[in-house]
Amino acid sequence: MDYFEELCRDYRFKEGYHTCINCGTCTAVCPAAEFYRYDPRQIVSIVQTRDNARIEALLKSETIWYCGECMSCVTRCPRRNGPGLVIMALRDLSIRLGFFTESEKGRQLYPLTKALNGNVLNYGYCVHPATFTYKDHPESGPVFEWALNHKEDVYARLGANYGADGEGALRRIPQEDLDELKAIYDVTGGTERLELVEKYSRAKAAEMGMTMEEYTEYTFTHCSEGHFNDGR
Amino acid sequence: MIFEGKQKIWSDYQKEIPSDGWFYVRSCIRQNFFPASEKYFLAVCRDLLGHDIYETRHHTTCGGIAYHSDTIPQETAMTIVARQFALMKEAGYKNLVTSCITSFGNYTEILETWREFPELEARIRENLWKATRREFDKPEHLAHASDLVYKFRGEIAERAKFRLVDKTAGRPLRIVEHIGCHYSKMFPHKGIGGAEYPCVLSGMVEAWGGEVVDYPERRHCCGFGFRQYLVKANRGYSVSNTHKKFESMEPYHPDAIITNCPGCPYFLDRWQYVIAEQTGKTYGSGGFGIPVLTYEELAGLVLGYDPWDLGLQLHQVAVEPLLDKIGIEYDPSAKYLGLDRKDIMRPGLPEVLKCC
Repeated sequence: MDYFEELCRDYRFKEGYHTCINCGTCTAVCPAAEFYRYDPRQIVSIVQTRDNARIEALLKSETIWYCGECMSCVTRCPRRNGPGLVIMALRDLSIRLGFFTESEKGRQLYPLTKALNGNVLNYGYCVHPATFTYKDHPESGPVFEWALNHKEDVYARLGANYGADGEGALRRIPQEDLDELKAIYDVTGGTERLELVEKYSRAKAAEMGMTMEEYTEYTFTHCSEGHFNDGR
Repeated sequence: MIFEGKQKIWSDYQKEIPSDGWFYVRSCIRQNFFPASEKYFLAVCRDLLGHDIYETRHHTTCGGIAYHSDTIPQETAMTIVARQFALMKEAGYKNLVTSCITSFGNYTEILETWREFPELEARIRENLWKATRREFDKPEHLAHASDLVYKFRGEIAERAKFRLVDKTAGRPLRIVEHIGCHYSKMFPHKGIGGAEYPCVLSGMVEAWGGEVVDYPERRHCCGFGFRQYLVKANRGYSVSNTHKKFESMEPYHPDAIITNCPGCPYFLDRWQYVIAEQTGKTYGSGGFGIPVLTYEELAGLVLGYDPWDLGLQLHQVAVEPLLDKIGIEYDPSAKYLGLDRKDIMRPGLPEVLKCC
């Protein structure tokens, strides 16, 4: 497969990749580049070589998963490139080819996919109090631990319509609407994407000698040394 | 530069915001963490000021967080949004207002991509028909909910019971405004003031009597970063970016922060708690943090709504120092009560960050 040609089919790549002059403005403003060993200038530069081996290495690397998709780079690029959009196209290709399981940060796609799409398909929200736990989110603080322990009362006090019929915040989204979301996933490749991530992740978990439960916990919580700018 | 030239340039950064005829779609994050903000957006703009804003229970997430966490293909995200447009059309509306900056960016990106690649729009129309038998019209106007509050800021100021002024010191409150990256960094011409001079929040602050703080990292990301927060192993990214902002704004002694995006107030509030507990450092005075408010909460306060009706008890950083400065009266014993003053216990207290 010619990876560059494949990237060119992605509308985000069409929007975000023109001719990069390697000025490094994107890296200078990038929040991820301050934190991680990450250089969006270098990524676009590698893509621009059209060298299949180098692009494949990128697709299997940690580096394409460091971006936070804040798109600060889009505002500042003097050539109207969007390195963040190029990253989205690279990630998409990495997922389709199963290369994402080759990196620690790429493997995080499994718990992310399960959690977010579980919320979308079961509740109609990307984030939902039924699945947001204090154990997974201790940074939400004692105030939110309290709120989660008294969800019905707290949301009622604040005028939400939690889990009930009708309009309003956190209402129960009717089953017929959830069925339409599922149909959209089926028609547009969303369901296929979930199955693909599941298939490659299962294979990787087996290779690592883990059950899926262990793999989920490990990929969600484990951070190796070597990712950070300060040498850690 | 001559005055007319400046006026011409500035006009490029404005957007047309009709007063009425809005189809409202909610935010996943705002509903979870700041549900009262959405309630008071409607209470102020629809019920108090009388503007036409409509909601249907059938709308869903736009899928933006799943999309920017790279867990769904672009066509899936586009077709979910196309369904929201179809609901808008079926309800007889032509303008769409969203409560979320990620959604606003997502809708904007989709409309701009379709404009440039009409064949993709045609494919999404087919997708939506196959999946739901629905058809859609694109909105004539797209706004973030804060665009409407900005537009109505004068009407709110006319009805204000409080000004953003330190009552004792007699000076305007120093307010940091945080716009949120996806409001105008991707498509500057779609936000009020663009990416260089966004005034959607500063316009509110100034209209209500406050003073906007300029500081070096004013436009830096709050640190959400989608997968960088959502995955526990990556959260150092998120807190590091918030830390950078607070270190930068600290010398300017802000009295409060006002935010545009529903995620930013959560991160700027909660990471202050984490930084305090981990390092002992707090950014407000007397061991408190700097209160972080949504724009709906700030509008509600100046209009005289009860702080606990507005949901300020769901913040980890105590808001009482700000209420005291403005001169807003509140009942401390009612802060954590449920409906009809039901006792639902109280949250524990952080060890370092001072709370009320």
